[in-house]
Amino acid sequence: MSSKKIGDVILDVRNISLKFGGVNALTDISFNVREHEIRAIIGPNGAGKSSMLNCINGVYRPQMGSITMRGQTFSHMDSHQVASMGIGRTFQNLALFKGMSVLDNIMSGRNLKIRSNILLQALRLGPAEREEIMHREAVERIIDFLEIQAFRKTPVGQLAYGLQKRVDLGRALAMEPQVLLLDEPMAGMNVEEKQDMCRFVLDVNDEFGTTVVLIEHDMGVVMDISDRVVVLDYGKKIGDGTPEEVRNNPDVISAYLGTSH
Amino acid sequence: MAFFLETLLGGLMAGMLYALVALGFVLIFKASGVFNFAQGAMVLFAALAMARFSEWIPAGLGIMDPLLGNVLAFVGAGLVMFAVAWTIERLVLRHLVNQEGATLLMATIGITYFMEGLGQTLFGSSIYKIDIDMPKDPVMILERVFEGGILINKEDFYAALIAGVLVALLSLFFQKTATGRALRAVADDHQAAQSIGIPLNRIWVIVWCVAGVVALVAGMIWGSKLGVQFSLTTVALRALPVVILGGITSVPGAIVGGLIIGVGEKLSEVYLGPFVGGGIEIWFAYVLALGFLLVRPQGLFGEKIIDRV
Repeated sequence: MSSKKIGDVILDVRNISLKFGGVNALTDISFNVREHEIRAIIGPNGAGKSSMLNCINGVYRPQMGSITMRGQTFSHMDSHQVASMGIGRTFQNLALFKGMSVLDNIMSGRNLKIRSNILLQALRLGPAEREEIMHREAVERIIDFLEIQAFRKTPVGQLAYGLQKRVDLGRALAMEPQVLLLDEPMAGMNVEEKQDMCRFVLDVNDEFGTTVVLIEHDMGVVMDISDRVVVLDYGKKIGDGTPEEVRNNPDVISAYLGTSH
Repeated sequence: MAFFLETLLGGLMAGMLYALVALGFVLIFKASGVFNFAQGAMVLFAALAMARFSEWIPAGLGIMDPLLGNVLAFVGAGLVMFAVAWTIERLVLRHLVNQEGATLLMATIGITYFMEGLGQTLFGSSIYKIDIDMPKDPVMILERVFEGGILINKEDFYAALIAGVLVALLSLFFQKTATGRALRAVADDHQAAQSIGIPLNRIWVIVWCVAGVVALVAGMIWGSKLGVQFSLTTVALRALPVVILGGITSVPGAIVGGLIIGVGEKLSEVYLGPFVGGGIEIWFAYVLALGFLLVRPQGLFGEKIIDRV
């Protein structure tokens, strides 16, 4: 892992505050993500991890602060605009297109790459057809990579949970994102499935050079695979650094284990 | 036997038209979770536009050829429906993202009355005719098999054919094109669709446009049969049982449901009607749908609703 080259800051989160009515979900959060690194956001339940991810993804609009991706700052952007900037994501509670096949789910991830217009598609004219084949090839590579060849035509609703998580990842990968946001990719998985998912995340990071931001509950997993870790508690940042630094941070220890009074 | 087949065919042909209107409901519901009460008003609006354009355009441009005049009127009415779709998205839907279903339904009821009023203000409120030169004469088929053959109405036959072709084209569009895939994606999960860069607003405009074209074709066919008048809005209400029967989330459901309702209406009228004094056709579909609701609330092909407790 030490061999990979970590680049400049690609995603910069500055002074983000997010309120829901009177509840402060996030208070003055700042951190950055460097190119090619695996950056984890951890914290106890209700710490604001998912809220943070949803701010980056444009689902929530923070009242204060800014998020900068490759020098481009955005504060009022919809999810689809964020996607077009090269940020992909997966969901904590699977949000797959249940009625569609594995192939169609992942193909839909190519949406932003599709250039031919609706008329060409409808008439199935040459360029649209060639483009479809090109995208299909890209998607087949992802299907091979995630080892789900056997389920290509299966409606995702019928797949086992662990496999659905893979499809979710595949759909995000089909966008060829520069930054990939993973919301608890291993939640609810058994040990074997977790190992598989860890391997996929590391391979994505390694082979495609994709920057990964992930939220995870399983501390073992986080400490193993991430380069740097942000720790949130009650919407505030209480720690930031390498897994080793974070592990020894007294605030982090007390947030997770409680302190003696 | 011949008489039974005749009734059956008549039912199937009427059912195809119901399927077409039901499809309008299903498309919009799937893509935006809106039960579009305004579908009937859209049928009327489109038919009014088509009827008046087919008078105005040839008169204004001095076109003599009735076919060309009708094509231009159809295109004009199509553009009007596009404008309607765009306006509805811009002024209403966009501001109601993530609202409750009941709120959205109320909004479409508002749109219904507004469109009914606006349509009659712009295009007039008399009875107009759309003359797309449908052959009106009945024909006999299968004369060798049955004595006297089976009587079918050519107009119904062509209407069913047009509806069938449109339904087939739409299914292909949804299943085989990238935009169709994006539409299905939005139908399944808004949030996830946005996260892969599908803009909801544009998808909604597309879906409402498609529903507008469906309304236009339905309005054109019905208008040429019955004349364009206010009662066209009730055509959509007759498609409601179809939607319940087939499942509001299913395109094949709309088609099969339409055929079942069409056939059921005709057969019940002919075979049950005499025993209860006739007039069954008007309410039979609703009773059938009600019975269905009790057994399969999600409809024939609808997604089964399983809630985590």
